Amino acid sequence: MMDILFYGTVNSVTFALIAVGFTLVYGVSRLPNFAHGALYVLVGFMTWSFVNDLNLNYLLAILISLCISSLLGAAIYRLVLIRLRGLPTSEIIASFAFGLIILEGLRLQGIGGFKGFIGPFYVLPSFIDAKFRVAGIIIDAQRFIIIGGGLAVVIMLWLFTHYTKIGLSLRAIAQDEQAAMMLGVDSDRVAMISLSIGSALAGLAAVIILPLGNVTAEAGYRVLIYALAVCIIGGLGSWGGAILASFVLGFAMIVSTSLFGAVWESVVLVGTIILILIFKPSGLLGKQKELEERV
Amino acid sequence: MATTEDTRQERLDRGIKVRTEGIYALTSWREMGYLLAPRAFLIFGLLLLPLLVDSYWQRVLCIAGVYALLALSFDFLAEYVGLVCLGGAFFVGCGGYTAGLLNHYLGWSPFFTIPIATVIGAVISTLTLLPCLRLRGVYFAIVSFMFPLLTVNIVVALNIFGGTEGISALATLPNIWFDQYLIFAVVIVALFVMRRLVNEDIGLIFRSIKDNDQAVRASGISITLYKTKAVFVASLMGCFGGAYLSHQYGWLGISLFAMDFSILPIAATVMGGAGTLVGPVLGAFMLTPLSEALRGFGQLRVVLYCLILMGFIVYKPEGIMNYLQRKYHQFEHWKEV
Repeated sequence: MMDILFYGTVNSVTFALIAVGFTLVYGVSRLPNFAHGALYVLVGFMTWSFVNDLNLNYLLAILISLCISSLLGAAIYRLVLIRLRGLPTSEIIASFAFGLIILEGLRLQGIGGFKGFIGPFYVLPSFIDAKFRVAGIIIDAQRFIIIGGGLAVVIMLWLFTHYTKIGLSLRAIAQDEQAAMMLGVDSDRVAMISLSIGSALAGLAAVIILPLGNVTAEAGYRVLIYALAVCIIGGLGSWGGAILASFVLGFAMIVSTSLFGAVWESVVLVGTIILILIFKPSGLLGKQKELEERV
Repeated sequence: MATTEDTRQERLDRGIKVRTEGIYALTSWREMGYLLAPRAFLIFGLLLLPLLVDSYWQRVLCIAGVYALLALSFDFLAEYVGLVCLGGAFFVGCGGYTAGLLNHYLGWSPFFTIPIATVIGAVISTLTLLPCLRLRGVYFAIVSFMFPLLTVNIVVALNIFGGTEGISALATLPNIWFDQYLIFAVVIVALFVMRRLVNEDIGLIFRSIKDNDQAVRASGISITLYKTKAVFVASLMGCFGGAYLSHQYGWLGISLFAMDFSILPIAATVMGGAGTLVGPVLGAFMLTPLSEALRGFGQLRVVLYCLILMGFIVYKPEGIMNYLQRKYHQFEHWKEV
């Protein structure tokens, strides 16, 4: 019972970490960033190569790869998406293509001596290698860091969007783009900032979560699916909904895994989405433009 | 090229285009030729293509035909119904698995399994997508993208239908010539049927669902019913492609749900010209051989067609076919402003 509670929480926070960047971008600028999973994996591999090939300090490596990731996010907007604003189909296809270029590019072999990231050899070190015994179950420190990191990210984001000028302009654009533009908020600049923050958040999720397992390129697709699942269930663009949805999904998956085995994980995922779509098409807490946009 | 500020480009329809729009097209050979030439060029081009290449490239042409069908179904759904379906692989997988399983367990010949799997697969994929049809735009794209990936997970996890290994030694089609002409005939028929369909009354409803679905509802038409019909038509093409593929390889497996079947048709559609129906077919026949030529480079081909896709979507969003049609039907000149 205790372990279901604990691992359920860890799982839920993982989902929330993965999804928060995606929701931020979509909520602010209505841009579905389908390159989200790719950026997640890319940060994992970059950190790994900085640590193992360049022998950088672990924290420094993380910082550099987060910076690169947020620059990439800004670049996606500046070079590609800015020309496609307001064409949802093209936005999806272009950002998805960008993500695929990164993901499949990581698996390229034999070009310029690049070996390609294939196989289960890429493991990020944990921050603290320790195990605790709490209430009868053994817990490693990384899982505590995930919970703490998740909390910290949510609190930081809340503070950022409520008390800084850039954060306030992000929310202004999210609420009413035209009114915000009349008050001197540059929509393109805000969209670029939101994409770069969203990409950095994808990377942050990667460095917090990935020490639990291997870094593989295939994980990119799964991460994208999880982020999308959380956002659909919570209601796209709704923050509270995303967090609530990650807890629903996280616990649903852990409970079903411990009852029926890991086989049913993906079935539960699809099942939850379909049920939510049938009974509440706008998602758990999604209110924005409910009628004209989704149904 | 005068692209300075005091001139602008003016486009006018050619006289012959205007003359051929009505019954007057029948007045002279020239007008009829103007209408028939592009269509005849496409049909005879496709029919002659297999005679010109060796047996390895003939196989590639068969695959290109499957991609052409998928691109056609993507274009129809995205441009005429407004459903951006990123999960073309789901259709292929449903059709392919149905055909392969019928053949493996019941021993039916491909001549029965392919048509049956086309219909059954389409029914299965339509029913699976049914709960999501209330969604539009981004939301539908997201959900449809998840279906093939999750189906793979389920097949692997439950170890049903051969699991990761797949099922081999299925019956194959008689010979390579039959293979090619079967798929080409289906592509040509599907192309002209779709062109007719979107201009019928039902096509008008489809297009108005894309433009303004609330208005369609206000007219007392059930949009879910028509979306279901549209998805069924589109998945017929995808499922035929899948059923054909599993008999062509004589093998079925989770690679029928591979990302290639979702991405390459989209790239072909964007490259060929979205909304033209014939453009995606041409795009598929250009991109598939290209990606085949790059097979030696492994993942480079996915990277490459993503680059092509992004290049076209950003710099030439109208695509090849819209460009060609413009040149064929209109003349342009620079005009002083």
